[in-house]
Amino acid sequence: MLFKKKSLIKSLKNFTLNFGPQHPAAHGVLRLILELEGETVKKADSHIGLLHRGTEKLIEYKTFTQALPYFDRLDYVSMMAQEHTFSLAIEKIGNFEVPLRAKHIRVLFLEITRILNHLLAVGCHAMDVGAMTPFLWAFEEREKLMEFYERVSGARMHAAYIRPGGVSMDIPLGFLDDVYLFIKQFVSRLDEMEEMLTSNRIWKERLVNVGIVDQKKAIAWGFSGVMLRGSGIPWDLRKNRFYEIYNELNFSVPVGIAGDCYDRYLIRIEEMRQSILIINQVINLFTEGPIKAFNSKVSPPSRFDLKSSMESAIHHFKFYTESFTLPTSETYTATEAPKGEFGIYLLTNNTEKPYRCKIKAPGFGHLQALNEMCYGHLIADVVTIIGTQDIVFGEIDR
Amino acid sequence: MSENNNKLNSLIDLLGKYAPIIAFQLYKNNEISLISNSKTLCTLINILKKHIGLQYNLLSCISGVDLLNKNYRFLISYELLSITYSSRLRVKLFINEYSYIPSLFLFFINSNWWEREIWDLYGLFFENHPDLRRILTDYGFEGHPMRKDFPLTGFVELRYDNNIKSIISEPLSLSQEFRYFNYETPW
Repeated sequence: MLFKKKSLIKSLKNFTLNFGPQHPAAHGVLRLILELEGETVKKADSHIGLLHRGTEKLIEYKTFTQALPYFDRLDYVSMMAQEHTFSLAIEKIGNFEVPLRAKHIRVLFLEITRILNHLLAVGCHAMDVGAMTPFLWAFEEREKLMEFYERVSGARMHAAYIRPGGVSMDIPLGFLDDVYLFIKQFVSRLDEMEEMLTSNRIWKERLVNVGIVDQKKAIAWGFSGVMLRGSGIPWDLRKNRFYEIYNELNFSVPVGIAGDCYDRYLIRIEEMRQSILIINQVINLFTEGPIKAFNSKVSPPSRFDLKSSMESAIHHFKFYTESFTLPTSETYTATEAPKGEFGIYLLTNNTEKPYRCKIKAPGFGHLQALNEMCYGHLIADVVTIIGTQDIVFGEIDR
Repeated sequence: MSENNNKLNSLIDLLGKYAPIIAFQLYKNNEISLISNSKTLCTLINILKKHIGLQYNLLSCISGVDLLNKNYRFLISYELLSITYSSRLRVKLFINEYSYIPSLFLFFINSNWWEREIWDLYGLFFENHPDLRRILTDYGFEGHPMRKDFPLTGFVELRYDNNIKSIISEPLSLSQEFRYFNYETPW
């Protein structure tokens, strides 16, 4: 019997594991093909697109007004941040003026949205890692915030509230009082959550030194938002390339040191506190005034005008059937969505429909780095890293 | 506006000497685009990334656009961000469907998925891309859905067949023809 030398050498093949798409820690429909050596991850190949709905294609076939609600449905935990970006892009091309009160309302809701998102991010992250309770607490607070959404727009989540040229409706009477009451009690809810997690031994063991991204890598991967700040780069579009009235507001941008999952968790908590500060300031800035652009070519007339003036009735009809046209132009507008830089590359061609509307979802950029962030970690850490990236599949798959 | 022009002028001064650029575009809304071609794109990106006065070292996104019925059918635009100077720049590339695009993988590792996305949705080939697979569409999907000549409703529909216990795809049959309201007189 002959033995070839080659066949005598034992070779170990890596174990390949299919993670998801129905795994609760996959935050939706992520399918990960993990190559394992023992329990350490050697390669993580993410298959995305299981929630692809062709949003960009659909938007090309819709008028600007009709396209707006699609943005709520992208990242379904930070709804208004995205419709706001789309509205900003349109305002930039069409040179719409936004009244001051509308800006205040927008900032108020953007920060509410940020809290809404971070509560889910931290809560779900904690649950993935093994702490059940903060998740339940976070969802109780989220419910209150979504009530605010409901009170201004009628919808708990997919609000379609921020429109090009302003917002769709004025805030109801006594609304700001209730927001104030909310933020007053919310600080102690945050404290409770921190008491539960921040110095928790298990939580720290699972998060500290997991998924470290250094400054260079964070830039090379094109990170944005918390992922970039977690690596110690003080970059916040609200500060550095401000929009609305963020330049008049006083808030600070938390930055991480180690660039690990724990830092990013701390940043999320601190950002919520900063959001509370911002909301507190904005509430005091509120003044009386219109809430949408006066130009009735770009924003619908009020109900009163509609019923008393023929011209407004015509405007109303034209607006809701044909929408408005934008001149041939293009823009890349990005805002600091809770998950990172949410950008829209909008091409218009003098019609009432966008020629092309590319959506730059922050999660898409972050998920790319999963392979590198997971390398050499245990399988259980993959869950931590997905959690810290704050992945939501609505925006990644589009 | 003048501040904007200054910005552009200094950029032209800086780039005009070394960088192969076909044209500059300046938009009313303070955005600058450089137009490049597929031969010189890598050189340009390298300069934009490495030059100490520019440092566009973060790639925000790459988007493809289908400009149907134009000389160059496709437009690829790269959104670059310089954190140091807090500035954005767009590099545009006009190409037709038969030519290839150099992959930026060597300069920006995150161009990987963005280029895969364009390959998937537009069918444009990236040279030297390490892993050019489909990304957003379904396994076994045919066609490139973001092309303007791809119908919104697609060609096939999927359903679960309870008899053979698997998903089957059939040619699309719509009970009502797809209606596209294109107004003649936009105001």
